[in-house]
Amino acid sequence: MTDLAATAARAEATRGRSFWGDAWARLKANRAAMVSLIYLGLMAVVCIAGPWFVPHQYTTIYADYVRTPPSLSAYPKPEMIETALADVMKRMRVDLKEWHQEGERIFVTVTSSREIDERNTRYVDRSDTFDDARVEEKSADGKTMVISAAIKQQYFLFGTDNTGRDMLSRTLMAGRVSLAIGLLAGVVAVVIGVIYGATAGFLGGRADEIMMRIVDVLYSLPFIFFVIMLVVFFGRNFVLMFLAVGAVLWLDMARIVRGQALSIRRQEYVQAAEALGVSRTGILARHIVPNLLGVVVIYMTLLVPQVIILESFLSFLGLGVQEPMTSWGVLISVGAKNIGTANWLLLFPALFLVSTLFALNFVGDGLRDALDPKDR
Amino acid sequence: MLSYVIRRLLTAIPTLFVIVTLAFFLIRVAPGGPFNQERGLSPEIRANLEAQFGLNDPLWLQYFNYLKNLLRGNFGPSYNLPDFTVGELFANGLPISIQLGASALVLALLVGSTLGVIAALYQNRAADYAVIATATAGSTIPTFVIAPVIQLLFGLTWSLLPIGGWGDGAFVNKIGPVLTLALPQIAIVARLMRGSMIESLRSHHIRTARALGLSEWSVVVHHALRGALLPIVSYAGPAAAALLTGSIIVETIFSIPGVGRYFVDAALNRDYTLVMGTVVVIAIFTIVFNLIVDILYAVVDPRVRYD
Amino acid sequence: MADAAPILSVKDLRVGFRTLDGRVDAVRGINLNVKAGETVAIVGESGSGKSQTMMAAMGLLASNGSATGTVDYRGRNLLGLPKSELNKIRGSKISMIFQEPMTSLDPLYTIGSQLIEPIRRHRGLNAKDAHAEALRLLELVRIPEPRRRLRSYPYEMSGGQRQRVMIAMALANDPDILIADEPTTALDVTVQAQILKLLADLQKKLGMAIVFITHDLGIVRRLADRVYVMRSGEVVEEGATQAIFSTPKHDYTKMLLAAEPTGHKAPPPPGAPIVLEGRGVEVTFEIGGGFLAGDPMILRAVDKISVALRQQQTIGIVGESGSGKSTLGRALLRLLPSTGVIRFGMKDIAKLDREDMRPLRRELQLVFQDPFGSLSPRMTVGQIVTEGLLVHEPGLSRADRDRRAIEALREVGLDPAMRNRYPHEFSGGQRQRIAIARAMILKPRVVVLDEPTSALDRSVQKQIVELLRDLQQAHELSYLFISHDLSVVRAMADYIIVMKEGRIVEQGETEAIFDHPAEDYTRTLMAAAVDETRFRAAG
Repeated sequence: MTDLAATAARAEATRGRSFWGDAWARLKANRAAMVSLIYLGLMAVVCIAGPWFVPHQYTTIYADYVRTPPSLSAYPKPEMIETALADVMKRMRVDLKEWHQEGERIFVTVTSSREIDERNTRYVDRSDTFDDARVEEKSADGKTMVISAAIKQQYFLFGTDNTGRDMLSRTLMAGRVSLAIGLLAGVVAVVIGVIYGATAGFLGGRADEIMMRIVDVLYSLPFIFFVIMLVVFFGRNFVLMFLAVGAVLWLDMARIVRGQALSIRRQEYVQAAEALGVSRTGILARHIVPNLLGVVVIYMTLLVPQVIILESFLSFLGLGVQEPMTSWGVLISVGAKNIGTANWLLLFPALFLVSTLFALNFVGDGLRDALDPKDR
Repeated sequence: MLSYVIRRLLTAIPTLFVIVTLAFFLIRVAPGGPFNQERGLSPEIRANLEAQFGLNDPLWLQYFNYLKNLLRGNFGPSYNLPDFTVGELFANGLPISIQLGASALVLALLVGSTLGVIAALYQNRAADYAVIATATAGSTIPTFVIAPVIQLLFGLTWSLLPIGGWGDGAFVNKIGPVLTLALPQIAIVARLMRGSMIESLRSHHIRTARALGLSEWSVVVHHALRGALLPIVSYAGPAAAALLTGSIIVETIFSIPGVGRYFVDAALNRDYTLVMGTVVVIAIFTIVFNLIVDILYAVVDPRVRYD
Repeated sequence: MADAAPILSVKDLRVGFRTLDGRVDAVRGINLNVKAGETVAIVGESGSGKSQTMMAAMGLLASNGSATGTVDYRGRNLLGLPKSELNKIRGSKISMIFQEPMTSLDPLYTIGSQLIEPIRRHRGLNAKDAHAEALRLLELVRIPEPRRRLRSYPYEMSGGQRQRVMIAMALANDPDILIADEPTTALDVTVQAQILKLLADLQKKLGMAIVFITHDLGIVRRLADRVYVMRSGEVVEEGATQAIFSTPKHDYTKMLLAAEPTGHKAPPPPGAPIVLEGRGVEVTFEIGGGFLAGDPMILRAVDKISVALRQQQTIGIVGESGSGKSTLGRALLRLLPSTGVIRFGMKDIAKLDREDMRPLRRELQLVFQDPFGSLSPRMTVGQIVTEGLLVHEPGLSRADRDRRAIEALREVGLDPAMRNRYPHEFSGGQRQRIAIARAMILKPRVVVLDEPTSALDRSVQKQIVELLRDLQQAHELSYLFISHDLSVVRAMADYIIVMKEGRIVEQGETEAIFDHPAEDYTRTLMAAAVDETRFRAAG
């Protein structure tokens, strides 16, 4: 019995490298894939948490800051104060006599043909440029007044869009949507594809033939036609729609999984299990599914970027996510239309989208090498 | 050979029939109709129009009428572009889309396979990494990003190319759209070619060819490349069908009057005949190019027979 | 002739490969010589570096490989030669044939154009003369209908014919040296014998030197003048064939020579009960056909065969590939649909369905040829070995199963501490032991052994054969031993069935079949094995 205990101890010590452990070790050795993986993690964190930390709401419209170029320093710039001030004056229906700046505050002398209502200073506060308006002096007839106000310091690191919304918060918000959609539709496609493909491959014979013939027919319909029909049916509800998009993208997955399932079924270790008398469910659970997982994981990493591109494409056509909700595709579409006058509208969302796709691509390649090392 | 082609075309007929039927009923069960969206259309006029186009007939009758017309080569009138028949729209737009698509395809196949072969021959060296990087960029950057960037750089910044428009097919007008269409294809072809060439170079018969002292040129071009072409051939078929039938992105961004734009517009406006026309055209292109691929395959690989 | 200067001399050759785990040395500084017109054999087991030696000489190493040292051919070092210079020697002065006849020819070109290309390149003949030369070469390697074959593609020819074409290509330019890398390993035994005879005849006629790279001592003894024995990248012994075989000096050489499976099995006691019996078993496959594809072709893989296996008996089923021997084995275990009667003990099991078969499965086990494919790469050895217990003894606790796994692994000679490892961490022989443990843990009565030693090196084969015999003795097992290798069958079986094209050609007691084969087919099958047997008697 001590002998047995000893071998048990030694067995613990010589725990083998599992398939997944091996794959992980190989993936860790792949620098491009690891950097990409970290990048993707950061991107996800930034897109999910970022919007809460950016001082602007992605829907807030800053009328004073339409199409403001990106800048690392705070707005307003000096020349913008004057324009903003003129705007406020117009709203207050008063004339600007003189203004000067002292530190963080401006002092404005205004005149009017009629008595000026003090409450009109609220227009100053309503402006995106100023707040904390106070009446410093008032002439006896009430027709001249000195108002002071603080200059609101605002940062637009990514600039603002055509209606004066902060691009940073919009880009991050769009990232949330795009990544969520990619994952959601990807999972839907994988689930349907794996179930369909594994069933066809495992059943084999006539059932397999008919199931695959159906896939062939669906393949020969133009893909975009399908998507448009789904948009038409499901309206603009993006969750429903992307469930549907996932439901269209499963065709490739089904083919791949079926092929794999067929080849695994022919493996000798499956025959060995049959010779042991293992039941069909046992074979499916212990042999077919674990051996399929690698392919599924690889394909999933290829599918997610595909879905993100598809979403952007649909949004680009105006079929995807609707305002004020946004996605990278929506932003890029707007950016493409304003490329001559406000290139940052294209630059930032495109940079986010493309870098994410790049990273996904490298992770996918890395996973393929790690899970399927026959090439080396 | 000829009998094979005829047989293949005959077997394509049921496929086409299934596609037409599926598309017809799918678009019809979608809510809305061709004349619902236009505001200011009085109910009487709408009823008139619907009667005129036979939209009030039972669906099965409309279906048979459509099939009957289709067999005569008549795609019917467009509902939303009332001055044109669907046939005329294709007659005008398809040549343009085909020109762009064919140029892009040829460019992609030439440049892509050259890059792929170079990468395979210099596997894991600088040239290989350069090609991989380019290919990754090409296949990850979406067309709707590439196109505006080309516009910005070549059109606005350097003023080398027109920003858009067809310009009656002037050469400079085609450069932007063709490049945009070709870039992702170049990337895909280069990747495919690299992979299949590496595999081909590793095969036993290449070792034989080297052991026989054949020249490097003969080993690479004569023996390795020919085998490596097969995956490219199978890829090129569906790719050609997709490219030649127009790209909505490229045609929209560059304002090209091709047929790529029709599909989405027509589907959204329930322009039934135009949608169906597009589906039929795409399906025919797909079938024809798959046939061409199979024939080419048999030309390259003697193990494939026409039977 | 023996004193002539060598035409090829290899000095301090080292070959290494860059891999993910660092540099792996395949050849570690070897020296060898080839003289004009002689036959040299390089012998070793898999991984000994015997092939890489000659690949390096020919400039055919994989892209991650590199070689140092010198390979001197008539005064020129082949290793440093620029490709264009090397190409004047490869295929012309030194040529090579390979182990894989099915894939070594370019599938996309005709035999003719592949033959003509090197002829024109090295001899500068015009198209017409080169064509005539190609025809002559096909006649030389005795390919029937050579004129028609020039226009054939490789896929239209059998493995043996393709190897003949390879030989024709190699001899096209009158080489000084022909390197033959395991040229017959992938071929059926009857074809093997023909190819070897062809090579010997051609050498007599053309006078080139031949370098045989092989693991097969039978070939060495029959054909080679001198032998180099390699192990782990080094030459451990060299000398004249006679000397090596009669007085081997190095322990490894002695072990290789003794690695031939020996001994034989006594027949079961008279009156031993029949445990498994098939009567008129027939298995057919449909080829092609299916949905819309017309009528399928019917292939009769096993054609009305009857066989009776007694307790403690081993029936050897021999035949070439495609003879239906594996199919018969699986049909008898009801792993393939078949017609006819199959009895296990008293019970007719031919009509039982999947569910009813399940309890019987533990007594009817199977061991496969490929020790790599037959173990699931995602399971630990412990899980693999105990999978059958999950089905047949579901009441066992985890600890009980673990104890059984330890017992089973110990019985097949493996360290039970390894049971948490995965199959890819084991060698071929160890994996085959794992597969045997998986069958034995259920304490079966009948085991079908489907070429269990074919994928293994000779020395490992011998160990597995001995293990199987010991297990049979200990547990009163009955074996159905399927193999194409008659020397192994002779050591394992007490009764032999010879199969060809789905039918039994001949059957009888092992010694009777070996001593007096009645059929020509049996005789040709035995050609190789018998030769080695004679050598064993002499040695």
